[in-house]
Amino acid sequence: MTRDDIRDEILDILGDIAPDEDLSDLKDDQSFREQMELDSMDFLDIVMELRKRYRVQIPEDDYVELASMNSTVNYLEPLMKDTVKA
Amino acid sequence: MYDTLIIGAGMSGLAAGIRLAMYDQKVCVLEKHTTIGGLNSFYRLRRRDYDVGLHALTNITPKGTRKGPLARLLRQLRFSWDDFQISPQIGSQVVFPGHRLAFDNDPERLAESVAREFPQQADNWRKFIASIADYDDLTDEHQQLSAREVVASYLTEPVLVEMLFCPLMFYGSAREHDMDWGQFCIMFRSIFLEGLGRPQAGVRLILKNLVKKFRGLGGELKLRAGVDRLHVENGRVAGVVLENGEVLEAKRVLSSAGWVETMRLCDDGQPVEVAGSPQRSAGRLSFCETISTLDIDPKAMGYDRTITFFNDHDKFDWTVPTSPCDLRSGVICSPNNFDYTTALDDGRGGRGTMRVTVLANYDYWNGLDEPTYELEKLRWFDRINESATRFTPEFRGRIIDTDMFTPTTIVRFTGHDNGAVYGAPDKQLDGTTHLENLFVCGTDQGFVGIVGSIVSGIGMANLHCLKE
Repeated sequence: MTRDDIRDEILDILGDIAPDEDLSDLKDDQSFREQMELDSMDFLDIVMELRKRYRVQIPEDDYVELASMNSTVNYLEPLMKDTVKA
Repeated sequence: MYDTLIIGAGMSGLAAGIRLAMYDQKVCVLEKHTTIGGLNSFYRLRRRDYDVGLHALTNITPKGTRKGPLARLLRQLRFSWDDFQISPQIGSQVVFPGHRLAFDNDPERLAESVAREFPQQADNWRKFIASIADYDDLTDEHQQLSAREVVASYLTEPVLVEMLFCPLMFYGSAREHDMDWGQFCIMFRSIFLEGLGRPQAGVRLILKNLVKKFRGLGGELKLRAGVDRLHVENGRVAGVVLENGEVLEAKRVLSSAGWVETMRLCDDGQPVEVAGSPQRSAGRLSFCETISTLDIDPKAMGYDRTITFFNDHDKFDWTVPTSPCDLRSGVICSPNNFDYTTALDDGRGGRGTMRVTVLANYDYWNGLDEPTYELEKLRWFDRINESATRFTPEFRGRIIDTDMFTPTTIVRFTGHDNGAVYGAPDKQLDGTTHLENLFVCGTDQGFVGIVGSIVSGIGMANLHCLKE
């Protein structure tokens, strides 16, 4: 998957988690926590969705890498480069 | 072999089930009763729909709110705010001799009310509100402080203090006489700073949404599947034995049966109560409730209050009454008085409902033989409604149908000892037990109320059942 594919997938997951949220003006360099008030339960869900959809395993110590869209894509890019988009 | 077996198809068990089924676990919810819901349920009697448990949902924040338990619950269970069709309350009140506090879902209304009734407390009120801790800022230290001591250190008018404790205790204190400061902050936020609301269709809409989502994700629900015992081997639950003799196996068990009740199910001889510790016993606080169907909307009688919390003397007593029911205080709920788009009407002449809830003595009600029980229900129905009409227009001439529950009804539907509506006074906040694969959720784990129970199920599923 390319960086853009990964970004789209994360947006899709965020849309699932928060169906009432308008994600069109999400800023990639700002934290999800600040923009969407996501809490630790929501970060668990991003991890669980990635595991369910792509079998990507993210250790608990690495959850901090999922702070913003940019950091998430940076973290996932090497892990998902050989993954085929669903 | 199941990944997780959940005991109890109430709000917490179903919410936990959704979380686990969502992530592809093989999960089954076991319900002893013939219907779902537990304490918060619904039924049909003489072709009329009734709710039990739910007066109002607490924690109601407007659509689009991102913080707080309701927002968290919707995100975690993948519901949209609109799925629950919540209408806000019109307005509620706390009535004591000579004083009346009005509140609605705008906290300013309560502040104005306090300033009007207790002008010398207005400054103290602002400082007090500022001291109410946010959900995420609550510490263990907060849990141990006496709420009565903390509140009295800000508010120096004793009647005002009693008037605040009355609704909070009625809507969620398992502890008698006092609350933990942490619990007080949670309840205060949920009722006074967020607010009350109700789906027009009542609790059935919430339960049906939960079950539909759970089943849609592949979850299994077994009704009339009471658990006889949890078979323990080597510090683990090795099998769940149902009352019909069937044995189910699971990697782990999450129980919403209550702490004492769950310990009693374990066949390893685990003591169910720690000797000498009242903290570890099942709760004792239970209710009687009268339900009166009226042929008129209460608003047409000049009564538009959603909830009235009443107390007929200056001090509010939150303990088990020595009489069958404590008629000195209570909660009057009119499901009609929410801001719906169309008025409630059951199509059979019922246009209004008044529910009156009072503290009751479980031992008294449990000790009656069947004919006496029926007679006493009739007697106390009249007494409870008579007590309530001191605070409402006279509605008794407009009653066309009635029902009533007592502490023994609560035992029948929830399986909780003593009909304890809010469970044990001491909560097992981390949900763990003496067995490595047995956990508790629901009323004895953490928060109460519908939103609180759902959040408990979600939290315990996330913490103990999902990360493998």
